[in-house]
Amino acid sequence: MSAYTISIVSIIGINVILAVSLNMISGFCGQISLGHGAFFGAGAYAAALAMVATASVPLALLAGVVAGSVLGILVGFASLRVRSDFLAVSTIGVNFLFVGFVRKQSWLGGEMGISGIPPTGFGASGNMIMILLLACATVVFSLYVSRSWMGFAFRAVGEDEQAAATLGIGAGAYKLAAFGIGTALAGLAGALYAFFTQFITVDAFDFILSVMLMAMVVIGGIGSTWGVVAAAVGLTLLPEAIRFVNDYRLLVFGGMLVLVIRLAPGGLAALVHNLFARTRKA
Amino acid sequence: MYYIDLAVTGVSFGCMYAMMSVGLTLVYGLLRILHVAHAAVFALGAYVVVLVANATGSIALGFLAAVIVTPLFGIAIYRLLYEPLLRYRPDVPMIASVGLLVLMQDAFRIMFGEQGVTFRQNALSFTTFDFHGVTISAVQIALIVTAAVVFAGLHLFTTRTRTGLGWRATVSRPKIAASFGVDPVKVRYLNFAIGSALAAVAGGLVALLNNLVDPSIGFVVSYKALAIIVLGGLGSVRGTLVASLVLGLVEAYGTIFIGAWLDRDAIAFLALIVLLMIRPQGFTGARTA
Repeated sequence: MSAYTISIVSIIGINVILAVSLNMISGFCGQISLGHGAFFGAGAYAAALAMVATASVPLALLAGVVAGSVLGILVGFASLRVRSDFLAVSTIGVNFLFVGFVRKQSWLGGEMGISGIPPTGFGASGNMIMILLLACATVVFSLYVSRSWMGFAFRAVGEDEQAAATLGIGAGAYKLAAFGIGTALAGLAGALYAFFTQFITVDAFDFILSVMLMAMVVIGGIGSTWGVVAAAVGLTLLPEAIRFVNDYRLLVFGGMLVLVIRLAPGGLAALVHNLFARTRKA
Repeated sequence: MYYIDLAVTGVSFGCMYAMMSVGLTLVYGLLRILHVAHAAVFALGAYVVVLVANATGSIALGFLAAVIVTPLFGIAIYRLLYEPLLRYRPDVPMIASVGLLVLMQDAFRIMFGEQGVTFRQNALSFTTFDFHGVTISAVQIALIVTAAVVFAGLHLFTTRTRTGLGWRATVSRPKIAASFGVDPVKVRYLNFAIGSALAAVAGGLVALLNNLVDPSIGFVVSYKALAIIVLGGLGSVRGTLVASLVLGLVEAYGTIFIGAWLDRDAIAFLALIVLLMIRPQGFTGARTA
């Protein structure tokens, strides 16, 4: 495999983890988060610091997961207090705060970021395999959660909190669980990203990234694991395959987001589902 | 004198935030939609001002063109994007709005370049006045005067004219206003038109202040405006005005006190998140968040 292929596949794996984990928060549990980049970034910075200090891969992975989920559960408490569209604004705020804070911290490298993160020792293709294995594990986990009692409770909370409460499903605990799980996975993706690039700056975790991830979830079909995986792979490859898309990335992503919401709010998943339903009828 | 300079900066920025946010808070009051793409309207206003001013040589014509073009654009956003999405949860139109903002920002970059556009003739932005050691630029004065005129005019319009009263009535009690013969759809058009025009004026003045319009002009301001309307108690014009001025001042002084560990642009969000945690109903408690 060429170095180019390896890096593309690695990025696809990281984006799949990010999109699937955002889908657990926003798709399963209905809590719209436009700050997923902040949790990804927290994981990447924690893992980078751990790698620089100890050069131990398991420790760095753990640091990423813990940093992502701690920040995530803190933000999860916000979801207990405010209505859904305000939660979205708060998460935008969290993303800007994260970037604004990190940029001024000299111990996090400030504007220059952290460079010279020690290599994992697996080589580029070893890293890629680790990323792919963890991405597959994330997808399997997401499918499992979706079918479990917890997934049912997530959806109940997302659809109607009051109705869920009458079934004995307390919204608070499940919202926190969704945030905790989703952001832990974002932190994991952050650690993998730090291994992959060995150099991080805070600009990689800005609000635009969060919008891109939300675009993957919405275009794939909010709540559908397979739809989101397909959209994450497709939207990562699209700018590589088509030069026009690469030059006008935000134009294309923003346009797709608007068109999908306006014309097919169920995303790819609903389109495929309808197609099958129609062929079965015929 | 340094502290007074900062106060002038703070108040003039506060006036700009207020003109930007008032349209946003009224859209929320009417439709319960967070109109993130309002920032694109702000940027469009700035571009129209600079392009028309460069083409005709008159900055006044630029502003005139902006307050004609942007209301139409604002109404088009409502008609084509929000109206069909009103039956979904409020976060659905909000995500569409974020998509539209990102799209427009990139479109501005593609059409007018990454570096942005500068005024060919802009005597205003380099004119400064000196009041006993306090320096005020002409654009800062323009910002403050415009905001004062706009808000006084808005106050008269909403208290003295039939249309204005109908507008206010619809924002606070839509059903009762409709039963008194106020057409809610016309009120929405009016709302988007006035809000967009004000945002365009604010955008044009910011363009004059920086002597530059670049694609990211509306970006950070827009998210700050979201914070402002929550801080001001949603749907309340007076609250928005107060919150804008407070934010302008806090940012101006905050840069010297906490600038060492936090970006100036992040202060608004810190205030927003702290407020939402303590009082989810906003400063005034008029509406639930």
